[in-house]
Amino acid sequence: MKPLNYLLAMILLCFSSLTLATPVDTYEFKSADNQKRALSLAHELRCPQCQNQNLIDSNSPVARDLRLEVYKMVDEGKSDDQIIEFMTTRYGDFVLYKPRMEGRTYALWLGPVILLLIGLTAGILFIRKQRSQPVEAADLTPEQQAELDALLKGDKPGVDNDHKGKKS
Amino acid sequence: MKKLVLFIPLALFLGMGIFLYKGLFLNPQKLDSALEGKPIPAFQLEKLETPGEMITQEDLKGQVSLLNVWATWCPSCKYEHPFLMTLTRQKLVPIYGINYRDERAEAIRELRHQGDPYVLNIFDKDGRLGLDLGVYGAPETFLVDHQGIIRFRFAGPVDQRVWNETLYPMVKQLQQEAAAEAAASGQSSATGAAS
Repeated sequence: MKPLNYLLAMILLCFSSLTLATPVDTYEFKSADNQKRALSLAHELRCPQCQNQNLIDSNSPVARDLRLEVYKMVDEGKSDDQIIEFMTTRYGDFVLYKPRMEGRTYALWLGPVILLLIGLTAGILFIRKQRSQPVEAADLTPEQQAELDALLKGDKPGVDNDHKGKKS
Repeated sequence: MKKLVLFIPLALFLGMGIFLYKGLFLNPQKLDSALEGKPIPAFQLEKLETPGEMITQEDLKGQVSLLNVWATWCPSCKYEHPFLMTLTRQKLVPIYGINYRDERAEAIRELRHQGDPYVLNIFDKDGRLGLDLGVYGAPETFLVDHQGIIRFRFAGPVDQRVWNETLYPMVKQLQQEAAAEAAASGQSSATGAAS
């Protein structure tokens, strides 16, 4: 396959995962807004029977029931919090793809930020230390100094031809 | 001291390693029930065998019991069934059944042919009680104490091993608690009568 075609195929593959699977539920929403909110909620809730599918992706009977339950609650005018509450009192925090911010999950939410801060501070400290240390002149014996001078001039007799050839 | 600082990344790495290694041995199928420590959700459903006769959560209270979710479409329930029969014969604990998303006639036929281990069978046709109980598959067994509080949920078929290792010790303990409470209240009422 030509590289361009290959690239195109990869890009299409990436986007294919973004298309929403539309479940074949015959549910009539009261309004388009409700439908949008219900679908996005159902996308954020995990099917308790499956390991990693949301309520919309899953075909399991439990997911179907819960999906319809979510739709119904949205149409009844329940808030997102109320619906999530309904789900978690029955199935626990497992159903949440986005864990709530609470005592048990602080490490989860704040961990990455703290690690990043630690990394940044360590990096900055390291760079500062490097800068503040003056570069000391190396102690060279007169012979070493002479060799170095010769090298810098580029006419050291000991340098092999190969090396020289590459340089030029 | 300065050298020790250099070991911090190693320590962090080892800590993460141990944490993640432990994760390898968790069973992702096993979910803790969100209902443990809460009462049986309120419901009003028909008895499986007799349409029209209603059962509510109040009917399940009063003693330590098992609440078993089952269905004829569920192969693991068939596997579990003979052991439930054995349990019932031993009369250790009453078992209540929730017939979950099933056909009534088929469920009754199944119990007639294979034996009926249940004291009472709740017909949960549309799975509403199952939903309130946080059931995500059948069979599931809930251990309920004498006050109607759910103490433990076991997902999957109960067999001799699960019974011996997990359920029976808890059942015994809950029964002792119930007996102690009954004795205490019996005593207080006795002294109340005497005074």
